[in-house]
Amino acid sequence: MKPTVFHYPAKLEGEDIPLVRFHEVTKRYGDLVVLDSLDLDVAEGEMVAIIGPSGSGKTTVLRMLMALEKINDGIIYVDGEPLTHMSRNGGLVWADEKHLRRQRLNIGMCFQHFNLFPHMTALENCIEAPVQVLGMSKADAIKRAEELLDMVGMLEKAHEHPSRLSGGQQQRVAIARSLAMRPKVMLFDEVTSALDPEVIGEVTTVIRKLVHKHNLTMLMVTHQMGFAKEISDRVCFFYDGKIEEQGPPDQIFGNPKSERTQQFLSAVLEAN
Amino acid sequence: MEFLVFLKDHGPELIRGSLTTIELTMLSAALAIIIAVIAGLMRLSTNRLVYGPATVYVEIFRGTSLLVQIYWIFFVLPLFGLTLEKFTAGFIAVGMNLGAYGAELVRGGIQSVPKGQWEAATALSMSPAIRMRRIIFPQALLNMLPPWGNLLIELLKGTALVALISVSDLMFMAKKINSTTYLSAQVFGIALVLYYLMSRGLITPFMRWLERLMARKVGKRL
Amino acid sequence: MFDWRWEFVWQITPRLVEATGRTILAALLGYGIAMVLGLFFALAQRTRFKLVNKPIREFVEFIRSTPLILQIFFVFYVGPQFGVMLSPWPAGMIAIGLHYASYLSEVYRGGIDSVPKGQWEAATSLSLSPTRTYYRVIIPQAIPPAFAGMGNYLVGIFKDTPMLSVIGVAELMHTANSIGSEHYRFLEPYTMVGVIFLLISLPTAAVLRKAEVKIRRKMGLR
Repeated sequence: MKPTVFHYPAKLEGEDIPLVRFHEVTKRYGDLVVLDSLDLDVAEGEMVAIIGPSGSGKTTVLRMLMALEKINDGIIYVDGEPLTHMSRNGGLVWADEKHLRRQRLNIGMCFQHFNLFPHMTALENCIEAPVQVLGMSKADAIKRAEELLDMVGMLEKAHEHPSRLSGGQQQRVAIARSLAMRPKVMLFDEVTSALDPEVIGEVTTVIRKLVHKHNLTMLMVTHQMGFAKEISDRVCFFYDGKIEEQGPPDQIFGNPKSERTQQFLSAVLEAN
Repeated sequence: MEFLVFLKDHGPELIRGSLTTIELTMLSAALAIIIAVIAGLMRLSTNRLVYGPATVYVEIFRGTSLLVQIYWIFFVLPLFGLTLEKFTAGFIAVGMNLGAYGAELVRGGIQSVPKGQWEAATALSMSPAIRMRRIIFPQALLNMLPPWGNLLIELLKGTALVALISVSDLMFMAKKINSTTYLSAQVFGIALVLYYLMSRGLITPFMRWLERLMARKVGKRL
Repeated sequence: MFDWRWEFVWQITPRLVEATGRTILAALLGYGIAMVLGLFFALAQRTRFKLVNKPIREFVEFIRSTPLILQIFFVFYVGPQFGVMLSPWPAGMIAIGLHYASYLSEVYRGGIDSVPKGQWEAATSLSLSPTRTYYRVIIPQAIPPAFAGMGNYLVGIFKDTPMLSVIGVAELMHTANSIGSEHYRFLEPYTMVGVIFLLISLPTAAVLRKAEVKIRRKMGLR
């Protein structure tokens, strides 16, 4: 069987290429269309908040960009290079696992349920991939991990196992763990949804710090409208696998154009 | 063709043996279920006089071999004045052995019902007996059916050991035919396939059916 | 009570103790085979190649659904039919090792399946290779849940060794049978065999439970 050849550009070139580009990306689970020919560009240093009702495909966007699952159609570029595809004999074919693994190095992800490795301490969680994947020396990896744990305020707990940490603490370690890989893009998938209200602040403080001091490119799926409004450069409202409306936070929250956005926001605000 | 002749000569014996095995399995299963429910509930009691005997029973029967238990019940019990016919001794031993394992499944199944269910029933002023019978046990039953499916297969396999006290089940017939014909591959091979068919062709589908039935009754989707 | 003779007990104790040693040896040898073979079965079932994983799956199912005693007879008697003589020990070890390998492969699989999906995803998001993911993330977490099952089957294989007596492996049951027929007394030998099994399997089970807790704690898991 010959692999299907695609005729997308093999590389994005020019002055102003986005760091992340979704081009007509479709994802289906059986008959269910979760992402429907999605187009989305994220510029370097931009903080994009993704909001929308459950089942609208917002988490799927992050999972596709992290290449946790395969897309059915379209193409994703990271830093101008295809993520979901690779060059083969002058054309593009679906990426193999090796290509995906290399491309994933550009991207870091924090999960709703942290997914720390429970049998490793906070520090061990943070040095595992730098040592094993990047081939860093253990001493360098520890140094970097300690800086990051300090940045998220978890240095004191560096030698604790995750089971001894609160949810907010675990999530902060998870952020440090992703940052230790020096990704170009950070993905936050409802990172505060599983947390008790009183510890949400410690995680949002860390994200705020990343935005203001480190100028990282970030995509954040969130239910916290206030935080999205405060922190993001752009808000995308997802509905039915598509971007229903997007724009600067003031516009989306202050003066939404789409009726669905208005309905969603008023329902969310009423619930609070 | 030789194989067909073999089947013609010995097929009836193997079928008779299989029927005995099925009979043994059903009787020991019935016994095991009754014992398991009683001992399992007793194990949950906080009264030493109630959980004590059940614990001793469970530990003894799970701590020793089924074969030892069969021999003991068949050869030693008569010395206490209790002589059992070999078929009876066989199914009682198997039933009591698997009943001990079943008791632990019953206990675990009941403990797996969320605490909120106990509290809700208590809050509705249900008596402990009603609470157990109407609220807890039906939910526990659904949880424990899958492991009971495995246990019944273990029970079927366990019945093969009664051949060693000369109950003429499938295992016994296979051994007998082997000792006269020396066609070991054929006879033991057929016996293995017959046991497999009983496990996966009778017990497993039956348990699946029972699980679906119970799930519907409890209103859960599987 | 009845006719229990202590002097007979003392007289036969040395022989039973010696046989206990052989029983433990048989259990450990069989378990060693089962651990290695079981890992092979488990990994073979996780490959994507249908020509490998399907037949192995069916084979494991078959072994688990049919009686060990019959498998022991099969291995012991089928060889000679094709000119391969197996003495009781190797035949017994092959049969019991194979039987428990199929059980252990399920335990390994269960352990691996019990690791939450998020762990695989976290490893993927950190670009860990599949081998690293297995070796550093999945297997360490799969061991504690598998440990309980592995412990149960260690005790289980020990309790199943009496079946080896039927092909003449001189373990406990076989020795008790010989003593019984030499002296026409079955009460003491059979009872003692039961007690010996209890004395070994109950403490072993308790130690294994403690060890499991310890392992979990050592790895920082709850």
